[in-house]
Amino acid sequence: MMVEGLEDLAIDPPRRRRRRPRLWRFVVLVLAGAYFLIPMYAGLRFAFSDNAGGYSLYALKAIPSQVGFTDAFVLSLKLAAVTLVLTLVLMVPTTIYVHLRLPRMRRVMEFITILPIVIPPIVLILGVLRAAPLWLKASPYLLSLVYVILSMPFVYRSLDSGLAAIDLKTLVEASRSLGGNWVKTLWRVVLPNLRAGLLSAAVLTIALVLGEFTMASLDLWTTVPVWIYQFQQTDGHIATMVSMLSLIGTWLLITVIVSLDRSESRRARRRTGA
Amino acid sequence: MSEITQTPTSPATMSSSPANAAPSGARVVLENLTRLYGRTRALDGFSLSIEPGELVALLGPSGCGKTTALRTLAGFEAADAGRVLVDGVDVARVSAQKRDMGMVFQSYSLFPNMNALNNVAFGLRMRGVHARARRAKAGELLELVGLADQATKYPHQMSGGQQQRVALARALAIEPRVLLLDEPLSALDAKVRLELRDQIRALQQRLAITTVFVTHDQEEALSMADRVCVMNAGRGEQTATPAELYSRPATAFVAQFVGVSSRVPVERVGDEVTLFGATCRVREGAPASGALDALLRPEDVALEADSAARSFVTHKSFLGATTRMTVQLDEVIVRVDVRSDVAADIELGDRVALRVVARDVLVASRL
Repeated sequence: MMVEGLEDLAIDPPRRRRRRPRLWRFVVLVLAGAYFLIPMYAGLRFAFSDNAGGYSLYALKAIPSQVGFTDAFVLSLKLAAVTLVLTLVLMVPTTIYVHLRLPRMRRVMEFITILPIVIPPIVLILGVLRAAPLWLKASPYLLSLVYVILSMPFVYRSLDSGLAAIDLKTLVEASRSLGGNWVKTLWRVVLPNLRAGLLSAAVLTIALVLGEFTMASLDLWTTVPVWIYQFQQTDGHIATMVSMLSLIGTWLLITVIVSLDRSESRRARRRTGA
Repeated sequence: MSEITQTPTSPATMSSSPANAAPSGARVVLENLTRLYGRTRALDGFSLSIEPGELVALLGPSGCGKTTALRTLAGFEAADAGRVLVDGVDVARVSAQKRDMGMVFQSYSLFPNMNALNNVAFGLRMRGVHARARRAKAGELLELVGLADQATKYPHQMSGGQQQRVALARALAIEPRVLLLDEPLSALDAKVRLELRDQIRALQQRLAITTVFVTHDQEEALSMADRVCVMNAGRGEQTATPAELYSRPATAFVAQFVGVSSRVPVERVGDEVTLFGATCRVREGAPASGALDALLRPEDVALEADSAARSFVTHKSFLGATTRMTVQLDEVIVRVDVRSDVAADIELGDRVALRVVARDVLVASRL
C-alpha cells in the first residue's frame, strides 16, 4: 500500500514508476517471508528430528504423555478464557462510553492504554505481586488480571477503530428513540456492528495470553510457554514441537475466527440475493 | 425563491385513513428552553407550541439551536432551564426510550446488521410485540413507503432515498406520539429530495401525527410545514404559516432569511417613508427613529424603462414565468421580479425607474 501511495506521488517518467514498485514489492516480500519462514523451518526441522539427526514423529507422539503438559495446556486455556471475558467486559463498555460521551478523552485513553507496552512486564508483575493480597496471589487468575492490563493496548485499538467505522451516536440514539434500553441497544445494535473489532480484540488477547512467559514464570505458574522453557532442559525436540504446535494452533485459531466472520458475511449476502 | 406548492395545512382538514391512522397526535409545548454548552447558549429561552397533528418546521441557519431544540424534545439533551410538555405532561424526567417519539436522522441511521424488515420491526420488538405481528406490521409500513420489495435488503444494498424511507417507516412503526425529523433530506440528491418531501408530507397528513421537522432549507420548510418557526441565536424569531412568514415577516432577520429581500435606506416621517421618490406606509412594529432600512421583496417593487432614471439593470436571472432583475441605484442593490415577456425588452445597463407596489413596507434598523 505504501508503495502504491508513493507511486501516485512520484514524478519520475511512467516507465520507471511502474518497474520500481514491482521490484521493491518482490524484495520486501522475500525479506519478510525469509524473516518469518526461516526460523519456522528451523524449528519444524528440529522438532521432526531425533537425537540421531533423522526425521522422526516421536516428539509429536510423546507430547500428551509428558509430565505437566496437560495441566499447563488447560491452565493456559483457562487463563485465556478468563482474560478474554474480563477484558471484553471492562473494555467494551468503557470504549463505547468514551466514544459516546467523552470523545475528547480518546487521546487520553490512547495514552493510558499504551502504558502497558512502555512498562516492562517484569516491573508490572513484581509490583502486582508485592501489592496483591495473599488469597489472590495464591490463585492463577491473578495472572488474568495482569493480562487484562497487558492486552489493553491491542484491545482498545481494535475496539476504537471498530467504533470509529460506525456512526455510533446515531445508531444508539435511533435505538433509544425506538424504545431500546441500554442493554438491548448494546446487544442488538452496537455489538453486532462491532463484530470485526471484537474478533480482532479477542484474537489478539488469546494470542497474547497463550504466548506470555515472563509474568507466568515470575508468578510461579506453569503455563504452556513456561512448560516449554522448563521442558527444554529435558528434551529439546519435544519442547520445540510444542512451541511449533502452539504457534500453528494460534494461527489456526485466528484463521478459523476470521473465516467464521467472512462466511457469516457471505451468508448474509446470499440471504439477500446480493 | 423557486415555486412552492403548499398542500392543505390545517390539521382539521386532513384526510386520514382510519385503517392506517395512528392515534391522534400529541400537543407539544416547549417552554422557555435554555441549553448551555459552556458559554454558548444553544437555546436561549426558546418557546414553541405545536397543535396535535400539526407539522411545524424549525428553520434557521447553522448553529441557531434548531437541532438542540429537537434533541431536547426527543430526550437526547436535557434543558438547563424550561419545560417540555407533551399533552400537558412535563417529560423532563422521561428517558428518550420511553417518550414514544419516532425520529428520522440526518445521517443514515438504519442498523447495518439488520435488513429493512427487521429495521422497521425493531421498535416493535423492543415493545415485546410477537414476532408474527411485528413482521406483518413492518411489512405494512414498508408497503406504505413503497418499499415492500426491499424488505430483505440490507442498508448497504439500498440507495440513500430508500434508506431514509425505511427510516421513516421504522419511526412510524411504533405509532409515535410525535414524529421528529432532523434534516432527513439533506443528504439526498435534489430529485429524490423532492419526491421524499412530498411523500413525508402526505404520510404525515394521512396519519395525523404531530411532527417537528428541522431544516435549514427554507423551500423545504415553506412547502411542507403547517407553520414554520424561524430560529436565530437560540430563540424563535417568528412562528407563522409559510404565507404569513413570507409576506409579513415580523423581524428583519426573518425577512432576510426567508425569501429574498433588498435593503434600501429610508428616513421615517410619521408612519411613512419615502422610497424611490414616493411615500409608502410603514408596517406596524417598525422602529420609530434611528438609521433605518426598508426591506423589499422582489415582488414588492416594479420597474419600467426610463432613460432619465439614475438606476440601471446590472443582472438578469430567468426563473420561468418571471425574470429577476438586479438594479443598482447609487450604492443600493434592488432585486425586482418582472414578467419574463416584459423583461425580454430590457437589456443589461438599461436605465429603469423603480416604484413600490406593496401596500406597506417592513422597516428595520440598519445593520
